[in-house]
Amino acid sequence: MKANPRDVNSGTYYMDGDVASGYGALAAGCRFIGGYPITPSTEAAETFARIAPKAGAVFIQMEDELASIAAILGASWSGVKTMTITSGPGYSLMMEAIGLGAMIEAPFVILNIQRGGPSTGVPTKTGQADMMQSRWGSHGDYEVIALSPDSPQELFDYTIKAFNLAEKYRCPVMIMADECVGHMSEKVVIPPAEEIEIEPRRLYDGPKEKYLPFKPDQDLVPKMVKAGDGYNLYITGLVHDEKGYPIKNQLEKGKRQKLPTRRLVDKIRLNADKIIELTEEGMDDAEVVVVSYGISYRVAVRGIEKARGKGIKVGHLRLITVWPFPDKKINELASKVKAFVVPEINYGQIVFEVERCSHGQANVVLVPHGGAGVHNPDDIAEAIEYAAKEKKKIRKVIEWKTRLEKFVFEGGCKLNK
Amino acid sequence: MAEIRFAGYGGQGIIRSGIIVGKGASIYDNKFSTMNQAFGPEARGGACSSQVVLSDTKVLYPYVTVSDVLVAMSQEGYDMFEPELSDKGILLIDEDLVKTKPPRGKIKSFSIPSTRLAEELGNRVFANVVMLGFFTAATKLVSKEGMEKAVADSVPERFIKHNLRAFQKGYDYYK
Repeated sequence: MKANPRDVNSGTYYMDGDVASGYGALAAGCRFIGGYPITPSTEAAETFARIAPKAGAVFIQMEDELASIAAILGASWSGVKTMTITSGPGYSLMMEAIGLGAMIEAPFVILNIQRGGPSTGVPTKTGQADMMQSRWGSHGDYEVIALSPDSPQELFDYTIKAFNLAEKYRCPVMIMADECVGHMSEKVVIPPAEEIEIEPRRLYDGPKEKYLPFKPDQDLVPKMVKAGDGYNLYITGLVHDEKGYPIKNQLEKGKRQKLPTRRLVDKIRLNADKIIELTEEGMDDAEVVVVSYGISYRVAVRGIEKARGKGIKVGHLRLITVWPFPDKKINELASKVKAFVVPEINYGQIVFEVERCSHGQANVVLVPHGGAGVHNPDDIAEAIEYAAKEKKKIRKVIEWKTRLEKFVFEGGCKLNK
Repeated sequence: MAEIRFAGYGGQGIIRSGIIVGKGASIYDNKFSTMNQAFGPEARGGACSSQVVLSDTKVLYPYVTVSDVLVAMSQEGYDMFEPELSDKGILLIDEDLVKTKPPRGKIKSFSIPSTRLAEELGNRVFANVVMLGFFTAATKLVSKEGMEKAVADSVPERFIKHNLRAFQKGYDYYK
């Protein structure tokens, strides 16, 4: 299905990533954003609030983040495409209802423009430390999809993709951008509506009395209806059967062998190959592969150029989809290369996924960064150089000592000497 | 490729200057540009800077490492970013607001009383646009036409004329 021309502000702009995401949401057909504006994501909320009314869409500034996410889950079941916009502190508050969203299989999108540090952190500066929280933040078993754009143009494009994935798989979809990408201005081309592909809601069209809200199709995803259209709906966070009724009694009677939550996991895991989007560069003869995502991808490019200047064969794997994680791809590479180098703006999150999937076949080097800035590309280049030279198999994640870490923990701060 | 740094205080239009240069280059001159900004939690008065990377090909690494041009609109901004300026770089300052150190390397230094000229035009808010005119003439990194379009496109409609006049004033001052 093509986007509605009413929703698409076609043209060539010079805008920042936040603004681009606001335009992307509307172009994707988003009809409602409930949000609680927070730096560094505020411009996305402002943009949507400004352009939504002309297209018949609504932005409501809610009283807090708990209300924001609860409102979009309700809106989603009422039949519209929805999103909320936040950053770290708000994201933490949303965790409980993200699990509810996964459980009631409401399609929804969260834009998280990551800031640095835990708690209130560094509001106007960057971080990539919410990656694991996205995957494991709410309790219980469920899977999510998380995308990591690296430019304003991608924030436009992947906001649309996030909506499409949410409709297709009916799961939480996170756009895990960061302050750098959110506040970076570049040329953004918004194409005409007829060039934008959008995924319509999977609506049930059979007889009313036979509708089962959680009966899956072949790809494990059920069809939806709109709440209020006269269907029998029972939507609960309790583990439920195909009707949506809690299954406690059936479990006690031993009628069910496996919990239906298995499907929440399988619908993503078994479709992972279709969901995952990666880019690869210079892989053919690579001895070392840099695995990066988001802004760190662009910073790593400079580090890789420097390492190549010294004759090292380096490949670059970019995770556009971070969750589900590309297990197979990393495992396959691990058998061919000496080492992986993972620069990320945290003290080790995705690097442990790389280590897990490498199964001890290749060394894994973390180039950490505590946040509020990006890596010095020289650190990445030197970590690559080390990884290419290291002959021993080291059975743990190797943390590369960056200039910043040396300065802070070996020179500047006596406590850590 | 050229790396440009604007530095000053919040409220001087430092970030807007970066946007205008980036827009002039990538929308109207068909080059590639990336603009980044750094600011603190305060809206006015805090140290503030923006950086623009211009290139004929897609910009991958989006930050300034060694700047080719430094535009300093405050002493603090000059002190902080002067060491980043290349030995062969171009330094542009508001001469009433910045005292420079003795020249280093082959740096070409140009000064303009941009805030005072803006006040003569009626309002000091035009200081950054006066500076942009001066910047355009001094560096020739972005075409004058492209910059004028970008200025017109970045300010409220009723102030377009005023801003273009401010731009021209800065441009002419270079001669």
